[in-house]
Amino acid sequence: MSPVLSGILQLVALIGALALVYIPLGDYMARVYSSEKHLRAEKWIYRLIGADPGAEMRWPAYLRGVLAFSAVSLLFLYLLQRVQGVLPESLSLGFTAISPDQAFNTAASFVANTNWQSYSGEQAMGHAVQTLGLAVQNFVSAAVGMAVAVALVRGFARSRTGELGNFWADLVRGTIRILIPLSVVGALVLVACGAIQNFAGIHGIGQLAGGSQQVNGGAVASQEVIKELGTNGGGYFNANSAHPFENPNAFTNLFEAFLILVIPFALTRTFGKLVGNVKQGYAILATMGVIWLGFTALMMWTEYAHHGAALQAAGGAMEGKEQRFGVGASAIFATTTTLTSTGAVDSFHSSFTGLGGGITLLGMMLGEIAPGGVGSGLYGMLVMAIIAVFIAGLMVGRTPEYLGKKIGTREIKLAACYILITPTLVLGFTALSMALSTPPGSILNGASNSVNNSGAHGFSEVLYAFTSGANNNGSAFAGLNANTQWYNTTIGLAMLLGRFLPMVFVLALAGSLAEQKPVPETAGTLRTEKPLFAGLLVGAILIITGLTYFPALALGPMAEGLS
Amino acid sequence: MTTVNNSVQNTIRLLGAGLRALLVLTVICGVIYPLVVTGIAQAAFNDKANGSEIKVDGKSVGSELLGQSFNLADKKDKDGNPLPDPQYFQPRPSAAGPNTENTRYKLLVSGASNLAADSKVLLNSVEQRRADVAAFNGVSPASVPVDALTASASGVDPHISPDYARLQAKRVAKANGLPEAKVDKLVEDHVDGRILGFMGEEHVNVLQLNIALKKLAKG
Repeated sequence: MSPVLSGILQLVALIGALALVYIPLGDYMARVYSSEKHLRAEKWIYRLIGADPGAEMRWPAYLRGVLAFSAVSLLFLYLLQRVQGVLPESLSLGFTAISPDQAFNTAASFVANTNWQSYSGEQAMGHAVQTLGLAVQNFVSAAVGMAVAVALVRGFARSRTGELGNFWADLVRGTIRILIPLSVVGALVLVACGAIQNFAGIHGIGQLAGGSQQVNGGAVASQEVIKELGTNGGGYFNANSAHPFENPNAFTNLFEAFLILVIPFALTRTFGKLVGNVKQGYAILATMGVIWLGFTALMMWTEYAHHGAALQAAGGAMEGKEQRFGVGASAIFATTTTLTSTGAVDSFHSSFTGLGGGITLLGMMLGEIAPGGVGSGLYGMLVMAIIAVFIAGLMVGRTPEYLGKKIGTREIKLAACYILITPTLVLGFTALSMALSTPPGSILNGASNSVNNSGAHGFSEVLYAFTSGANNNGSAFAGLNANTQWYNTTIGLAMLLGRFLPMVFVLALAGSLAEQKPVPETAGTLRTEKPLFAGLLVGAILIITGLTYFPALALGPMAEGLS
Repeated sequence: MTTVNNSVQNTIRLLGAGLRALLVLTVICGVIYPLVVTGIAQAAFNDKANGSEIKVDGKSVGSELLGQSFNLADKKDKDGNPLPDPQYFQPRPSAAGPNTENTRYKLLVSGASNLAADSKVLLNSVEQRRADVAAFNGVSPASVPVDALTASASGVDPHISPDYARLQAKRVAKANGLPEAKVDKLVEDHVDGRILGFMGEEHVNVLQLNIALKKLAKG
């Protein structure tokens, strides 16, 4: 079998597996978020929190819940890393405290569901930080994203109220009923294939040619599974999902890509169920699917073609790729991880072809909506849908509507603010990093000295870092040395602002939609469940992203591709 | 003043709820969940959960999933780099480095070169490796496969392509005083196909191949 055919078959198998679970998982999640009943364990949890899960919240209260929970998480994770040096050896593995700027960066990164890593896991983070800190945020930051998405969906589904549900109930249910059960099953599948799951710490084993080697032990499988399922991406090891202990073979590789995609895609079914029209969910699914498939096909083509002087000399694009996966599987994983907000990698994007690197970058610039992160992908796509109906409304001269709600001045203002945030952060911070001179010893030191590759590729590294941070992806063009005060601080800020500012606008939008009374459908209503609308939506996404980022892309990947 | 006090009180109450929620979820997701998974994994897949260690005659020789270097113990090249041992099959180039943060450990920190596709540094390495591998194995430079010329993603994986293993067989057979046909057969026996016939790429596990080779050499 040729490598190209094997790549295509893997893609087909992945799509088949996703199709198989789409309806059952989507319907299950709809029941989770609309059920009146509380599990007994959940009742205990609500009592411990001191929250009434039945109390409806309007958007400001819901937002305050999100922000309070995330602020406490940020502080807790920061402090946990700062005290690592005084923890017992069994918990810290003897690793010292993380420096203040790196601890801030890492805390921001995991609370914002980004998992940008300016540290190397195996030589910096002990059991306590990995398991009590990072892995917990993998769960709860994902649950927060899903909660906000569900709140927006309720905004469409409800009328004349303004009430969006209860944040604590959504947070707890998403964790307990969706993420934990799937993670337990997924972790055991990974262990059965060879991913490690122990608390042995760093220990010596023998070598065939004599002597000994030291290897890591740790709760890897349990963290790996939620890293993918929650579209987090922070690896236990520096090499992330390329490390054989995280991703032992080609089957686990495809399984991990499946875990990344399964919730974001299935949430479109949940959305359709909750708004009472599954066809609306299919239109969103089709939009996400077309973009994901198009990007993946393009990526496979360029990686198999292996343009670039060094790759041509080697005879293939295998630099930074594992032999057990090969080019096809690595290409599938790369677009999957950058089109969701995951950022886990099984191969290193910096060594991809110029076009391949550009595709990963563009995937993130779309705003992580095809299918995007858990929750954030859905609400991001729904905001784009609002923009698309607005554009369509302008064309025909009608007040735009979506799902029976009028898209008025307030709604379009909120949607416009939403889509302006990440480009502002990405382009602003990139420009600052390129422009600032870097006097030695200052906090700015290392802004432009960190670049590993020169010229256009060096610019791409910086652009990639802020694109990855502000869009909450977390993957890296890892040639950049990001562990400097400048990058730890600015990327940390980009991650926090890129996560929580959009949530403010999404929840305000949800509140405003929920207060409206529904408008009856007429012959003139744009049918948003039809292929025409999905096509319009794809066009709107590509045009808006293209117009925003074209100049920056021209300086980086395009200049590299043409040189 | 009262409204300010109220809002401060409300904020504190909200942060308290956030903290309690975080602590409860930390116990569930950070303590109970990993312990339950570890318990089941250790009971059901003990060997794999602990790193797939391989033992030969009761002695640990490494992990099935991790690569090793097979270098000459006593000889170095002029730059002080270790030289490959001709008696062993050799793995792919690796960009993994020593740990720098806590040096009482001697870990290999996994990772890739991150060099760009048009990087001059990478181009030079590729050309250098092509010449080195060809000379070391006594084959033509054009026959050296791509995985022998490029560093892997993790830098700690044990796999090479079947072509790279086949290319090394002649040199390995000679160095061990074995008939070439036997070593060729050994290589073919160690080719792992694609999972279910289509997932990933064919590969050879260098550690397992070398273990079998040593067994064969011992007779």
